[in-house]
Amino acid sequence: MPAEHFDAIVVGAGPSGNAAAYTMGKAGLNVLQIDRGEYPGSKNVQGAILYADALERIIPDFRETAPLERHVVEQRFWMLSEKSHTGTHHRSDTFNEEKPNRYTILRAQFDKWFSKQVREAGVTLITETTVTELVKNEAGKVIGVLTDREGGPVYADVVVLAEGVNGLVGQRSGLRSEIKPQHVALAVKETHFLPEETVRERFNLADEDEGVVIEVLGSVSSGMVGTGFLYTNKESISIGVGCLVADFAREKIPPYELLDRFKNHPSVKPLLKGAEMKEYVAHLIPEGGYDAIPQLTGDGWLIVGDAGQFVNAVHREGSNLAMTSGRLAGESLIALKAQGLPATNDNLKLYRDALEDSVVIKDLKKYRKIPGLLEKNRQLFTTYPALLNRSMNAFLRVDGRDKRSKETEILKGLKKARGNWLNVAFDMLKVARAWR
Amino acid sequence: MSEKLNEPDFPAAEAIDAPEEPVETRKGLNIVVCIKQVPDSAQIRVHPVTNTIMRQGVPTIINPYDLFALEEAMRLRDDYGGTVTVLTMGPPMAEDALRRALGLGADKAVLITDRRFAGSDTLATSFALTSALTKLAEEAPIDIVFTGKQTIDGDTAQVGPGIARRMGLNQLTYVSAIDSLETEAATITVRRRSEGGVQVLQSKLPCLITMLEDTNHLRRGTLQDMLRAARAPLTVWSADDAGIEDPMKCGLRGSPTVVKRVFAPQPRAEKAEMVAVEGKTPAQIGDAILDVLFAKSPKLEADVSAKITA
Repeated sequence: MPAEHFDAIVVGAGPSGNAAAYTMGKAGLNVLQIDRGEYPGSKNVQGAILYADALERIIPDFRETAPLERHVVEQRFWMLSEKSHTGTHHRSDTFNEEKPNRYTILRAQFDKWFSKQVREAGVTLITETTVTELVKNEAGKVIGVLTDREGGPVYADVVVLAEGVNGLVGQRSGLRSEIKPQHVALAVKETHFLPEETVRERFNLADEDEGVVIEVLGSVSSGMVGTGFLYTNKESISIGVGCLVADFAREKIPPYELLDRFKNHPSVKPLLKGAEMKEYVAHLIPEGGYDAIPQLTGDGWLIVGDAGQFVNAVHREGSNLAMTSGRLAGESLIALKAQGLPATNDNLKLYRDALEDSVVIKDLKKYRKIPGLLEKNRQLFTTYPALLNRSMNAFLRVDGRDKRSKETEILKGLKKARGNWLNVAFDMLKVARAWR
Repeated sequence: MSEKLNEPDFPAAEAIDAPEEPVETRKGLNIVVCIKQVPDSAQIRVHPVTNTIMRQGVPTIINPYDLFALEEAMRLRDDYGGTVTVLTMGPPMAEDALRRALGLGADKAVLITDRRFAGSDTLATSFALTSALTKLAEEAPIDIVFTGKQTIDGDTAQVGPGIARRMGLNQLTYVSAIDSLETEAATITVRRRSEGGVQVLQSKLPCLITMLEDTNHLRRGTLQDMLRAARAPLTVWSADDAGIEDPMKCGLRGSPTVVKRVFAPQPRAEKAEMVAVEGKTPAQIGDAILDVLFAKSPKLEADVSAKITA
């Protein structure tokens, strides 16, 4: 049997791979998608929030068939200390729109649905197959892949690496270096089941479609660079915490212990009361930001999604950037094909430019300095949240002392925590500059 | 062959009279493997609130016992030539199971699916599968029908024998190995695990074999198998296509079995008695266990004492 030749091979069936494969399949390209999971999505893990816009640009009517849990009507942001939390809520009835903006989802179900759309777009999908390496011609151009099955290689004009955060195929093929521990977070998550009405009552929701998201900073990460989250699904709650791998390695705190502490925090425990834990998962999240982005294109290959470090850690956005990069890659390859141009590194400038021009690179550039800032300023995760909670507590407690003394005490506490006022001012300035 | 046996009570291959004339020798074997798509029981969850089984989101798999049948069928095909067709009855989503079988190396796949099949018990299932097998045999006579030992969701082990009975095939159940196959004589010699030992049985073809678990190692399909599986058109038959004339024999109407109640068994009232072993010699532990056993069953003590005295 002569070796098969495809227009494109997509490595991976996560959001970026599916977006790329779907886009190309719809345009009539002959696409092979290869995933190592038992079924598409079986290896994929996320919190998970689905940002509608990115998917809408690929499948406009996705709301009609996609398995969505709740649309988000309220976002809480908590600064956590050992026994308290201080935070803000934003709840708005404008989120109850005809086409809501954000949804909670369960990835195992969502990915199955997405994969079905991909196959219906004419893409050939094979699962339980791991791409082991890229096949190159004498000129060094990637012309196909080898897998862990007999009977390879299989050839294509271009290989789309949608292989996820580790980028193992790219690494093995010498296209990129190993991911650095300070550029990647390890997140652990549990799914706790509760009756739908209980979720609704506990989170003050009007019906089974409304949902709440809580993002948490402070003692939840035990001094490491990281955050916690709690999302409401229809009949369950997803709760998790993630910190930089480098920090886990240094602090030697087991991730599950961190999550256990979070679950037992007095602000969290009542929300989970009576729930049955049904799932425990862990996953790596690329959080190195703009400066950690590897080379994204080469002769006959390009990178999309987590493999390209396309995660905005500050805004907890990843799958939307993955889908957007996948779509842009697909559109670029369709354009090259239409012009009869090969997928050389030069021609793939089309994809690089599209990315630069999109929210993906724009946002990563905006927060370029954040990863470095957080790594060097752990007081943002420890001192300030603790101080904020202590201050609020002192401020609200009525104990016979006069208010001016209390305010003075709070300000003294702030000064003491950071040594002097200059340091406090510097911290503010640093955050403001990195955010800008 | 007899020296290979574990049990001298079964010294030689027992010939079973073939119910039909031997099939004429053809090029290669025509083998059909009946499979079933089942929920992955390792991942089934009981809804914490309603206490019902949550099938939604539970991945489906090919009944694990059927995979031993499929592998054995493919081995025969590899050795003697021919084709392996996988056949299943189920909802449209059972296509996934068939494609998986193709990816493992099966040659053809047939799905029989019809609303009228819903609610089938083993009688109705074996009827529907037999109809499809008969239809398939019109294209080319079938040499061997394989099934798994049983399914993991129904656990009846009735469908295989049911098909054999309906088709008038010799049934070789609980087969642990296929020793030989004579294409000229159209005979097959297999090992059948039975209570107390292993039977070596020889049968004329065609026959039906239900394969025991852990009897072979499932292969990994090649990349070409996977590509073929992803793209090959499936044969999908309705009840009419499968040549079923009497719909009263199908689905719920053709199923005399009624599930009256599903319940979790009560825990046994009797609790295990613990025998302390700390600081005791093996002989003392043995004595302590005997004391407990004899206290529970004085008759056992009497019997044992009588034997020892004798």
